[in-house]
Amino acid sequence: MGTGTAIGRVRGLGSARHGARAWWQQRMTAVGNLLLVAWFVVSLLLLPNYEHATIIEWLSAPWVATALILMALSVFWHLRLGVQVMIEDYVHGPAARVAALIALNFYSVGAAALAIFSIVKIAFGGVQG
Amino acid sequence: MARNAARPLSPHLTIWKWGPHMAVSILHRATGNALAFAGGVLFTWWLIAAATSETAYDIFYHLVVAGAPGDNVAAVTNILARIVGIGLTWSLFQHLFSGLRHFVLDTGAGYELKANRRWAILTMVGSVLLTLLLWSAIFLARH
Repeated sequence: MGTGTAIGRVRGLGSARHGARAWWQQRMTAVGNLLLVAWFVVSLLLLPNYEHATIIEWLSAPWVATALILMALSVFWHLRLGVQVMIEDYVHGPAARVAALIALNFYSVGAAALAIFSIVKIAFGGVQG
Repeated sequence: MARNAARPLSPHLTIWKWGPHMAVSILHRATGNALAFAGGVLFTWWLIAAATSETAYDIFYHLVVAGAPGDNVAAVTNILARIVGIGLTWSLFQHLFSGLRHFVLDTGAGYELKANRRWAILTMVGSVLLTLLLWSAIFLARH
């Protein structure tokens, strides 16, 4: 496999020079998850109950909505990078691998968009508590 | 790339004696996957339901948190949800502690055989203990 020779690069087998960025983002989002998920779990445990009105009121506070949007971004970005590594290790054959990577990107970006839109709708008073 | 079957393969998972460091490594991936899909879907469903309407949220609430009295389907899904919840809690703590261990390994520390083994075992002990502690507290607070 090309590790940097000209022919290796032409064939697309050499370093794409993006490895360090993914590695770094994985760790940045890991720290983000550490703080934000800890806050999220403690906040959920401190809620008096999990009925609709309680959740809507809690999510309407700017601090809560903003933190939860940041958590959704950090979590879905982190899981996208993590599952990608797993697909690259365990899914063999170019067709299956590309299909799995497309599915992963649709899932992570789609779920993050749905989660964030839902938080924004609640925070802007779009749902009656 | 096509592999020449006559060429030897390097020894892989099946040939090594299992140790805590291997267990922690594969648990990091397994728990990461569980959180990514089960956790991600539940989190998103919860938010969409809350943002849609009280009726949509009640479907989530009855299936996951607490069903209405006499609702046999919800009674079953509530138990399943508890099992998934406990599993995801353990996954979160395991992935968290294992991830913290990775931060230490990233600095180049913790590769000595004994230290590596000790911290690998501690991530597993810690995740099980904290899961038991948290869910005991939840059940005690409810009853």
